[in-house]
Amino acid sequence: MSVTVVFLGRLADLAGAEQMMEAPLDWAGLLAGLPEDARVAIGDARVKLAHNGNLLSDREALQAQNGDEVALLPPVSGG
Amino acid sequence: MVMRWRCFRQSAVVEAVTDIRLLETGFSPGRGLGKFAQQVPEAGGIASFVGKVRADDGVKALELSHYEPLTLPGMQQLAQQTIGRWQLDGLLMWHRVGIMRPNAPIVLVSAAARHRRDAFEAADFVMDHLKSDAWFWKRERRDDGWHWIDPRAADHDDLARWG
Repeated sequence: MSVTVVFLGRLADLAGAEQMMEAPLDWAGLLAGLPEDARVAIGDARVKLAHNGNLLSDREALQAQNGDEVALLPPVSGG
Repeated sequence: MVMRWRCFRQSAVVEAVTDIRLLETGFSPGRGLGKFAQQVPEAGGIASFVGKVRADDGVKALELSHYEPLTLPGMQQLAQQTIGRWQLDGLLMWHRVGIMRPNAPIVLVSAAARHRRDAFEAADFVMDHLKSDAWFWKRERRDDGWHWIDPRAADHDDLARWG
């Protein structure tokens, strides 16, 4: 019973590229599973959250189930 | 990978060829443009832009990362938006991911249209969106290791031009 959490850009340096977290997973659970510096970085409201490939307009509304993928996306640096 | 989008604009049905790709390895912009030109025989002109890794002092390599579920779908949406806004015969958008050396091509955008103004503006619009609004993260390797590149304010200003 787990959720795959993917970290993009510089967040990958703080938390690793990918982590498995216990399902079900909400925003509070996600924050609790992160190292301190990653939690601070994600506090930046510009970091977006995708759940199974869909961007959430409200990150705190996250409700991920077993087998889901969640991605944390810092501001893009452009192509 | 070459697709045709039907797009309803000003009550006319427009059909445009699209060729949208994320590339893991190096590519030849010349060859890409050559093949694309064959797909749009009716076009009166093709405007192309090639973006390259700038050979800045001390930069040994550039790495572009992406997020599979969002990056390519985002580029496809951008293509549809562009086709809805300008009268195009075709639109090509190729973007590299992975590690690149200075001077290597990163991006090729080609817009084919009956008239040049549509082609120029569409290519410009696509590039401004790819530069500031597409799901790519960039870092460069210098002598002391890798450094993430932050978004540039100028890229956001460029985007604001399009309203």
